[in-house]
Amino acid sequence: MLDAAFFVRWMTAAAAVIDREADRLTELDSPIGDADHGKNMQRGFTAVVKTLAAEPPATPGAVLTTAGRQLISSVGGASGPLYGTLLRRAGKVLGEADRVSAEELRSGLAAGVDAVGQLGGSAPGDKTMLDALVPGVTALSASFDAAAEAAGQGALATVPMQARKGRASYLGERSIGHQDPGAASSALLFAALAEVAK
Amino acid sequence: MKMLINVAETVVADALRGMAAAHPELVVDAENRVIVRRDAPVEGKVALLSGGGSGHEPLHGGFVGPGMLDAACPGEVFTSPVPDQMVRAAAAVDSGNGVLFIVKNYTGDVLNFQMAAELAQDEGVQVASVLVNDDVAVTDSTFTAGRRGTGATLFVEKIAGAAADEGMPLERVEALARQVVASSRSFGVALSACTTPAKGSPTFDLPAGELELGVGIHGEPGRERRAMMTSREIADFSVDAILEDLDPKLPVLVLVNGMGATPLLELYGFNAEVRRVLDERGVAVARTLVGNYVTSLDMAGCSVTLCQVDGELLRLWDAPVQTPGLRWGR
Repeated sequence: MLDAAFFVRWMTAAAAVIDREADRLTELDSPIGDADHGKNMQRGFTAVVKTLAAEPPATPGAVLTTAGRQLISSVGGASGPLYGTLLRRAGKVLGEADRVSAEELRSGLAAGVDAVGQLGGSAPGDKTMLDALVPGVTALSASFDAAAEAAGQGALATVPMQARKGRASYLGERSIGHQDPGAASSALLFAALAEVAK
Repeated sequence: MKMLINVAETVVADALRGMAAAHPELVVDAENRVIVRRDAPVEGKVALLSGGGSGHEPLHGGFVGPGMLDAACPGEVFTSPVPDQMVRAAAAVDSGNGVLFIVKNYTGDVLNFQMAAELAQDEGVQVASVLVNDDVAVTDSTFTAGRRGTGATLFVEKIAGAAADEGMPLERVEALARQVVASSRSFGVALSACTTPAKGSPTFDLPAGELELGVGIHGEPGRERRAMMTSREIADFSVDAILEDLDPKLPVLVLVNGMGATPLLELYGFNAEVRRVLDERGVAVARTLVGNYVTSLDMAGCSVTLCQVDGELLRLWDAPVQTPGLRWGR
C-alpha cells in the first residue's frame, strides 16, 4: 500500500527529473512550440515541492490535489491547467484514504487522464501529452516499470505524428518529425514513479 | 544574442517595475503580475480584463486606462498567465457591473481564462468572455487548435472599452466585442525569427533571403516560406489572404502592426502599399493605425488587420482613449 509520504517522494522525484531534463524539454519545444516547456514545468514542480515540504498533506489524495492546484497557480500556458487537472482529478478519486493500492492509483490516474482529454478536447494520436499518459496508465496495471517504459515509448511514438492540438498544430505537416514536449514531460512523471517505487 | 536584460528569470518582473515607474496612473503589482488602472473599480462601469503571454508589448498592459482595459494580466514570455492573476484582477476592477474577459485563441490562454472565469464566478463576480480568433493564416479546421488571436485584439479592447465607458451593460459590451471579432481578419509576415530571453537564440531558422508568410506572434513558423518579397508583393499577398475570407461592404479600420524589430519607416512604406491594394480591390478605409502594437519580441516583420465597421463601431473607435500604448481625443 502507498501512503502520503510515497506520493510526496513521487512529486519530489518528478521535480528532480524535470529539473535534470528541463533543457531537453525546452529543446523539444523549440521547433514546434515556443521553447519554454522545460522552464515552465521546472517553475511549477519547484513550487509543488516547496508547498508539499511546507505543509505535508496527510493523505495520498491530498498530496495530488495540492500538487495539481500548485501547478495551475504557477505554470501558465496549456501545461498548467492540463497537468494541474491530471493530478487534481486523480487526487479527488483517491479521496481521503490514508493508504491506497497500486490499482487505486491506476484508476485515479485513469480518471485524471480522462479529464485532461476533456479539458483539451484531445485524444491519443493528436500529438499531445495523452500519447504518453494513456499507454502509461494502461501499463500501470502490470507494473510501475512497465508504465514508465510504455509512457516513454508513447512519447517517442509522437515523432511521426502531425499535431492537431496546441501551438504545434499551426505548423501542420511541419510538426511531423519532432517529439511532442508534453508527451516527453508526461513520460518523466512515470519515470519518477517507477524510480520511487523501487 | 545581446539583450538589454539582467537574467532571463526576472525579465517580466523587471519590465513591470519599470512600467510602474513610468506610469503612476496605473497600479502595477509586479509580484502578483496584475496591472490595474488606479481609479478602478469605476462606478457603474463594466470592467474589461485581458492578458496573455509577455513579449507582445504594448499588448496588453499598455492598453490599460480610460477608454480601454481596466486590468491586464501578463504571463511569462509567450506563456499565458495563471488563473490566480485573473481572479485577483477581476476582484480589483469589478464595480458590480460584471467583467468581460478578452481572450486570444491559444490553448493556454483559453484554459487559464476558463478556469479563472469559474473561480471568479464562485466569488460572486459576473463574468463574460470573448474569444479573439482573427488570423486567416490558420485554416479553421479540426486539424488545428483554431485560428489564433492577433491584431484584432486591439480593435476589440478599444471598441469594447469605449462601449463600457459609455455605461453600456455587460451583455451589450460583450455583443459589440463579438461583432468586432466577427468583422476582423489578420495576416502576419516574419522577416526574422524572434529570440526569447529563456532560450537566448532565435526560435526558428529563417535564412537571410527568405520570409515566412502567415506567421503568428510567438515566433512560431507560419504556413509557407518563400524567397524574400518586396513590400508591394507582401501587401498584395497579405491583403488578398484576408479578402479571401472577408468581403467588406463597409469601410474598414486598418492596423499595420510591427512585430517589434521593423522600423516605422518600413511600416509606413508598407502601409502605402496596403492602401494601394485596398483601393484597387474597392475597399474603403475609414481609419488607419500604424505602429508596434501587438509585437513578438525582436521579430522583424508585420501584420495587417482589417475590421469592417458600421457607424457605431467607428464612433466607438474614435472615442477618447488614454493608455500608455494608445491615446487620443482627450
